[in-house]
Amino acid sequence: MSTAQPYVDENGVDTQDERRITLECDGVRHVLDKVNRELVGLAPVKARIGQIAALLMVDRARRELGLTTEPPTLHMSFTGNPGTGKTTMALRMAEILHELSYVRSSHVISVTRDDLVGQYIGHTAPKTKEVIKRAMGGVLFIDEAYYLYRPENERDYGQEAIEILLQAMESDRDDLVVIVAGYKDRMERFFQSNPGLHSRIAHHLEFPNYSADELLTVGDLLLEEQGYHFTEAGRKAFADYLERRMQQPHFSNARSVRNALDRFRLRQAMRLVEQGGSLSAEELTAIDAQEVLASTVFSKESESLPHLPSR
Amino acid sequence: MRITQGQFSFLPPLTDDQIKTQVKWALDHGWAVSVEYTDDPHPRNTYWEMYGHPMFDLRDPAGVMQEIVECRQAFPTHYIRVMAFDSSKGWETPRMSFIVNRPDNEPGFRLERQAVEGRSLRYTMTSYAVDRPEGDRY
Ligand SMILES: Nc1ncnc2c1ncn2[C@@H]1O[C@H](COP(=O)(O)OP(=O)(O)O)[C@@H](O)[C@H]1O
Ligand SMILES: Nc1ncnc2c1ncn2[C@@H]1O[C@H](COP(=O)(O)OP(=O)(O)O)[C@@H](O)[C@H]1O
Ligand SMILES: [Mg+2]
Ligand SMILES: [Mg+2]
Repeated sequence: MSTAQPYVDENGVDTQDERRITLECDGVRHVLDKVNRELVGLAPVKARIGQIAALLMVDRARRELGLTTEPPTLHMSFTGNPGTGKTTMALRMAEILHELSYVRSSHVISVTRDDLVGQYIGHTAPKTKEVIKRAMGGVLFIDEAYYLYRPENERDYGQEAIEILLQAMESDRDDLVVIVAGYKDRMERFFQSNPGLHSRIAHHLEFPNYSADELLTVGDLLLEEQGYHFTEAGRKAFADYLERRMQQPHFSNARSVRNALDRFRLRQAMRLVEQGGSLSAEELTAIDAQEVLASTVFSKESESLPHLPSR
Repeated sequence: MRITQGQFSFLPPLTDDQIKTQVKWALDHGWAVSVEYTDDPHPRNTYWEMYGHPMFDLRDPAGVMQEIVECRQAFPTHYIRVMAFDSSKGWETPRMSFIVNRPDNEPGFRLERQAVEGRSLRYTMTSYAVDRPEGDRY
């Protein structure tokens, strides 16, 4: 056998191909680090995002070596309770996909049923298509996607929107990433009635509820973003607050934390105004136990501050 | 006779990639892009038919390209142009306009002379295409 002949194994791979390539991962690592730093918990979601990032990096390297590679389809579904970070993660996902050059822009068009479904015959298709056109090149985020499907009304135009979406997810997949999001159980029923949609979504990410510790860290992070911090007693009271609040109905994870912090800031401001006099920077930025303990979850304590809007 | 209207009309026809780059330029400036068509090539025919709505808030040219492709399928032998409208104060006007589709055969215009009072002449231009009814012209 002549040495000039390439060695090709039974799979058609040139075994003597000695070209090498280094995976480019600085930019991606930067974005992933940012996600790790700024989003608390969510270990399974972060793991999956790491895998997707790895796949895209390998994909890019393969393309550079001229190996056949069809870009993977990256439509996703995010399921989880309210306030578990689905919307936040969709924004981050767009940044990651943009960093990996999978999408051309990092914009996210966030829509719900009303943005897609029309009021009368012939209204839905142009409406849905317009939204798709706006999202092209980036990410289309459909929150509470199950509202698109209303089996109780067979003339509902939601089905038409779903069909147009399905078509776009298939034929425009180079131009569009679709992320659907909502409660897990409702989403599952929605997929059961729309198997076509389910089968076009390769990545189903589940967002777990946060533990009390994670919520406490979320509280620290959110306060820091706004230029506040807990005093030691304040933080302890907040941990107590979380224990109780988590047992109550309508608890929505990190969103409840955000809302609670907004109320703490109101109370802190009121306290400082009533106190009057000159204030230090420390006083202006500290959330103390009084602010937390005034909440109705500690219903007895709340009576001590009757004129505050306590909720 | 090759009609020259709008931008780039003295150049060879733009490729789809070139059209995409131009549309991207318009979108990056925040202009609303729309697709229009006509089969009346007279230069004073400024109001062409709109194909779909003007596209607001697009970030990427892919959506516009899709609209152009659809319009070409619906009107393969019409003139089709892409228009970019700037709604910002002080402009409120089209900032770009260029042809992206034209008939294979453009018969051009004839000059008509009309003799009026006092042996004066009035001149007017008529395109051969408009002798036939709308929709049957090319
Ligand atoms: N893991 C997290 N770390 C920090 N903040 C979070 C996290 N998850 C959610 N948040 C905050 O909680 C709020 C609600 O999150 P969001 O993404 O809207 O939840 P969902 O869309 O699941 O209802 C946002 O303001 C976000 O900043
Ligand atoms: N007979 C087959 N051989 C190889 N790949 C197939 C075959 N049938 C389907 N596929 C793959 O499965 C996927 C789904 O097929 P598709 O034609 O979209 O299914 P349907 O339109 O029936 O839902 C495609 O990616 C296609 O490449
Ligand atoms: Mg949300
Ligand atoms: Mg099919």
